[in-house]
Parts: sequence; structure tokens; C-alpha cells
Amino acid sequence: MADQTIQPPRESFNLSMLLYDQRYRGLTIQVVVLILVLSGFFWLANNAATNLAAIGKPIRFDFMDDTAGYDISQHLIEYNSTDSHGRATLVGLMNTLLVAFMGCVTATIIGVVGGVLRLSNNWLVSRLMTLYVEIFRNVPVLLWILVCMFTFTALAPQPREFRGENPEATMKMWDSVAVTNRGIYLPEPLFSRPLGDIDIGVFKISIELLVLLGLLAGGILFARWNAARANKIQAETGERPTTIWMAVAAIVIPPIVVLIALGFHVGKPELTGFNFQGGINMSAPLIALWLGLSLYTGTYIVEAVRSGIESVNKGQAEAASALGIRPGRTMKLVVLPQALRVILPQLTSQYLNLTKNSSLAIAIGYMDLVATLGGITLNQTGREMETILMTMGIYLTISLLISFSMTRFENRVKLVER
Amino acid sequence: MAREIAFVRSEMLGEKPPPASIVGVQGWIKDNLFSSVSNSILTVVALYLVFVILSGILPWIFLGIWNAESLAECREIFAERYGDGTEYACWAVVKARWHQIVFGYYSPDQYWRPILGFILIAVSIAPILFPKLPKKLFFVSFASLFLYPWLIWGGSFWTPITAALGAVIGFFAYRYVTERFGFLFGVLAGCAAALIWWSFISGFAASALQSAIPATIAQVSSLNLAGFVLSITIGIVAIVASLPIAIVLALGRQSDMWIVNKLCTGFIETIRGVPLITLLFVATVLLNYFLPRGVEFDVILRVNILVTLFTAAYIAEVIRGGLAALPKGQYEAADALGLTYWQAQRQIILPQALKISIPGIVSNFISVFKDTTLVSIVALNDPLGIANNIRANSDWNGIVWELYGFIALIFWVVCFSMSRYSMYLERKLQTGHR
Repeated sequence: MADQTIQPPRESFNLSMLLYDQRYRGLTIQVVVLILVLSGFFWLANNAATNLAAIGKPIRFDFMDDTAGYDISQHLIEYNSTDSHGRATLVGLMNTLLVAFMGCVTATIIGVVGGVLRLSNNWLVSRLMTLYVEIFRNVPVLLWILVCMFTFTALAPQPREFRGENPEATMKMWDSVAVTNRGIYLPEPLFSRPLGDIDIGVFKISIELLVLLGLLAGGILFARWNAARANKIQAETGERPTTIWMAVAAIVIPPIVVLIALGFHVGKPELTGFNFQGGINMSAPLIALWLGLSLYTGTYIVEAVRSGIESVNKGQAEAASALGIRPGRTMKLVVLPQALRVILPQLTSQYLNLTKNSSLAIAIGYMDLVATLGGITLNQTGREMETILMTMGIYLTISLLISFSMTRFENRVKLVER
Repeated sequence: MAREIAFVRSEMLGEKPPPASIVGVQGWIKDNLFSSVSNSILTVVALYLVFVILSGILPWIFLGIWNAESLAECREIFAERYGDGTEYACWAVVKARWHQIVFGYYSPDQYWRPILGFILIAVSIAPILFPKLPKKLFFVSFASLFLYPWLIWGGSFWTPITAALGAVIGFFAYRYVTERFGFLFGVLAGCAAALIWWSFISGFAASALQSAIPATIAQVSSLNLAGFVLSITIGIVAIVASLPIAIVLALGRQSDMWIVNKLCTGFIETIRGVPLITLLFVATVLLNYFLPRGVEFDVILRVNILVTLFTAAYIAEVIRGGLAALPKGQYEAADALGLTYWQAQRQIILPQALKISIPGIVSNFISVFKDTTLVSIVALNDPLGIANNIRANSDWNGIVWELYGFIALIFWVVCFSMSRYSMYLERKLQTGHR
């Protein structure tokens, strides 16, 4: 039998096919778009280069090594005004990360507690949570930050009110915490026999902290190993040895021993001159920004948690209560783990929003990244192009890192399901 | 032998009312507030909190003073009435300055312009928000695109008319070319015709008409544009201008074409990854560097451009969600009918995708409107900027909560009603379609 396969006629390629042939048209469009975008970019960059050259400010980054010359009251690493702009930027970046971290933790706590309370069958409590959410999320966050700032500085006593025989204001918590309108002064941990610091170039890390963290990690590892051993014994003999006391001992005792050996004591802030000295200082702008961001973002997390809990099939909670599990444990063991899959993506975007909104610090004088690099450094050096582009680049990096790590976490939660 | 039955009730008894502890106010309280020990504790704590907060705030609000010339006078009155040290709200500042917070620095005889503008906006949004209204209202939407800027900034009446004419010309060019050469070329031709009209003919025509029939209202400089007029203008311009950009970006991000996809994704993620305040710095400080020498825009226009790009990136994600939520059968049915990409998008995909994206777009509008307060950081006089100016005045130096409370109240009313509307829409769309 003759092979009847018909070979399609071989088409020769001609130029009109670039426009009219479905197979090649996409390619044409992409090349055209790419050329347009690239030429647009080139046009913008060329304009910028010409304009900057004309006023004698070609793009250079050596100003970052110059002396900054301004003070930053809230700093996590050592800093004074003779340090460079680069170090000021680092201090600002760490301040941004500090307030973003504190805000994320507090907003999450507010959100989870509020989300559960909002679904509570207590009429008054659930209405109050609704009221909180609706009031806080429908007013700009900048307004909340300003209100927090003014309220805190107006209501907290001035440092001089702590003075005298019969002071108008007293320190809280057994004379260890001072709440003043310039900030809150917390006691700091001190060691009479310190181990010293490791200098890693940019900043120092105290060895005591490393040792304590190491001991804690070791204790937790031991507790987990002990729990695994108990599981094994239970599987073999049917009786589970008590693990709780060994776990507590492993986690608590070594750090306490080390603390005593190092001569741990608490350094209390003391009123000297016009202000408190010593202790850990949380400045008023930091507290206002922290409060404002947490309360505002908290409302969105409340809604995320609520929608997550409502997305879990009601039968799950009913089945749990049919098995005799108490409501609190039902929430913790059955509902929340399943709700987490709905909550996490929204939580990610709220963390990102909070981090970006922390840039509003500049409105109340908290020295974050925008206020240092994009604020005073910009004004002192006159390098708009470099400082603003660097600020944007750093924020972009932070955002990408947060969304990257949250996506990994989401994937881990997903895998648990099926 | 019949059994003796002493007594059998021959008729039913009426139902007894349920015990008082189950129904009525008492039952409701028991069910909802004191159903268990922990619930009772929660209720008591909540009641105590409510009492503490209200007893602090309510007297402050309601014992406040509305008639005074300055904060010092307010304080004198308080000292007279309640003795030294007690102070309540001094609402006199709101009474004296509310018109600045709302209308900015227009002269009072010009207040009709922003008011008319707000009414125009309300009428133009109405047919989108309430589908039952007649579709002819879209002509008002089209007209207000050109009339609103004229009302706000002022100038010759013929400028918006000739500008609108350009849009009409572009539309007819688009129709004509689309019938012959397809949608893509139609759009290009329409844009080109409108651009040619606007850049070469429109100004000439406007000045010719102006000299024939003069019709002008006073020009308002951008520096005087302030208060909620500024916030609403920035918000509205951002939403309207960002929608087409957002649709293109969303389609690009859903596209199979690798380069287009990556370009759109890169743009969206870059904008979403940086805070709005840095973009506002770009608008006020950097944008002029990126333009040819000598080209300078008004600062409000520059801020508007960046806020528009910012909004476009967020709305693009909302629309992408709408595109992804459409069932795949819709795309396949369009392909099976032999529609081209643009025909399918225009007649099948986009109408449905945009419809289910409206709640998301509304909530984006709420956040843009709230974010307009950030322009006070780059020295524009939005309501917060005006509040700063008022506080700098020696009469009102020291006022804080009264002004912020007033501004917050207006923001709250606008945002709350929009979010309620968006929730209503979400419910409606959920049951109706798919």
C-alpha cells in the first residue's frame, strides 16, 4: 500500500508574516514594545545625565563617606555626629527595621486577639471590636500617628515633674520604668563581670547575649530530643515518662546559672539634670509611630483573621466539640491551623504595608531611613538623585525579602494539608 | 365493665409564656453577655473600658466652646466656668476655619466652583455605582472629565470645550480605523488624532473662540489649591487616569509574551515595593531632572503623575485578580468563536473581569484617598497641611485634637460609606454571577 501521508507544503518565510501570522506576530509585538521601553528609559536617563551635568552634579556616591554632622537620638548601634553619612543611613535603616518589627509583632497580637473577639458570642465585645476596626481603618494612618504623638507628649509627665520631695509623677514598676513625654526609659541588663563584645566591623555584638542565646537554643534542642525519647518509650511500653520538668530545667537553669556567674543586675534609669540617664530609651516618636502603625494595621489583621476563621467549614468546629474538645482548644488545634492558609497571604501584604508606612516617621521626627538618607543627608549634600534612588532601592529590597520569606512560610503551611 | 375515669380534660390548655429568664431583655442579656463565667468577666471588663473612655471623651466634646476668637479666649472662658486647670474642647477653631479645611484657599465668592465640581463627580460616578440609573448619565461623566479641571483651576471656558472636541475626534478616528484595520490600529489612530488635535489645533481654536465669545472664570494658582479639594482632586485624577494604565498592565501581566509579561511584572512589583512617600519625593525633587531642560510641570501635576502610577500598579493587581477569577471556559469559548485577542478581551473577558473587580477598585480608591494625606510631607496643603498652618497661627497655637478630630471625622464619613458600598457590591456580585 502506498503511503498516503500528505506532506504540508513547505512555506517560505516572508516579511509580511511578521505582522499577519499568528506564530510570529507575538514576537514582533514584543520586539517593538522592548524597543519602545528601552528608548523611553534611555531618554529619561539621558535627560537626567544632561541635567545633572549641566548643574555640575554627576552621579557619584563618595558623599556617603563624608561626615554626617547631625545627631540621631534613637540609635541601635553606636553613632555620633562625626560619623559618616553611610553610618547614619545604617542607623536609619536599623531604626526602620526596629519599628517595623515591633509594629508587625504588636499588630499580629492585636489582630489575632481582635479577630477571635470579633467572632465572640459576647454581643458587647464583638460590637466593640467592630467599632474599633471601623474607626481605625477609615482614617488615614498619618493622622493616627500624629494623634498618638500629640496625645503621648501631652499626657505623659515632663521629666522635671519627677523631681522634688513630693513629685507630681513617679516611676512605675518598682522605680524601674520612667514614662516621660520625651520617651519611656526601661531598665537595662548589666553585668558586673562582663565577657566583652565582638567587633564585626560595622557594629558590636555582646558576647553575653550570644552565650545566652546559645544556651537557650541548646535547652530547646535538648527538650525536643527528650520529647522524642518519651514518644519512643510510649510507643514501646505504652507509658509516657513525664518530660515537662526536664524540659523546663534544661531551658531555664543553665541561663540562670550563667546570669548569676556574670553578676547580672538591672541598671535603672535615673533623673540627672533635665532628663533621665541610663537604661534603655524608647523615644516618644518611636512609641507614637509604633502605636499608630500597630493600631491601624491591627484592624486589617483583625479582618484577615475573621475572614480566615469564617472560611473554615463549620463542621470542623462541630466535629471537634462532638469529640469533646473544649472551645479554646478547638480554636487553637482545629480552626486556626486551617484558617492560617487564608490568613497568611493577607498577613504578608499587611506586613509589607506596615513596613512601607513606617516611612511616615519623617512626619513626627523619628529618624528612620527616609528621615536620615532621604531627609537630612539629602538636604546636607544636595544629592537628590543618589539618595532618593538608594532609599527606594533599600525599601524594594526589604519588601522583596519579606514577601520571599513569607511565601516560603506559606508553602510550608500548604504542605501540611495534603 | 367500663373503667371509671375520674376526670379527663376535654380541651387543651393554652401555652404558658416562656420563663422570663429565656425571653425578653433579661433572656437576651443572659444569652449574649453572661452566658458563662469567662463571658461575664469579658462583659464586665468591656463595660469598664467603655465607661473609662466615654467618661474621658464625652465631657471634652460636649462641654466644648463654639464661640471664641482664639485659644486664649477659650481658656479664659474655661477658667471662668470651671476654675483653673480644667479644659474642654475649643471647637471655635473649627467654626472659624472649617471652610479652609474643606475648600482650601479659594476666595469665598468662588466656593461654588469646588461645590459644583463635587456634584459633577457624584453624578458621573453614579451610573457606575448604581447600574439601574440610565446609561445616558455617562455623557455627564465624559463632560466632567473636562469640566472638573476647568472648575478647579479656572481659565477660559473654551479650553475644556476644545479639549473635549479632541477626544470626540479621536473617538471617531478610532471607529473609522477599527472597522478597516482592526482594534489595535484603531486605538493607535484614535490616540494619534487626539494628540495632534490637542498639541497643534486645540489651543489655537480655544483662543479664537475666546476672542469671539469671551467666557472666563478667575484662574486659581495651584498654591491656593488646598484642603479636601486638593485631596479629592488628587484622588479622583489618580483613579480615573490609572484605570486605563492598570488594564494594560494587568493584561500584560497575564500575557503569554515573555518580554511584555516581565516588563509589566517588574513595573508593578517595583512600584508596590516602595513607600508612596519616596515616590512623592521623586515627584517633587527628581521628576524635573528626567525631563528635557526647560520643561517644568506644576507641582500638583507632578504629584498627580506619580500618585497615578502608584495607584495603577495596585489596581492592576485587582484587575489581574478579576481576570484570573473568570472561568477558563470564557477564554476558550471566545477562542472557539474565532475572536481575535482584542475582540475577545473587549467583548467577553474585560467586561466580566472589570465587573467583579469593582469592589477591589473601590477599596483601592479608599486607600488612595487616605494616602493623599502624605502630600502634606512634601509641603502641599492637604487638610493636615492646613491644620499645621492653623496651628502656626498665634491665635490657635496649641490646638491639636479639635482640628485632627474634625479632619478625621470627614475622612471617616467618606471612607466608611465607600467601604460599606463596596461590601454591599461584593455581596451582590457574589450571589449574582458564577
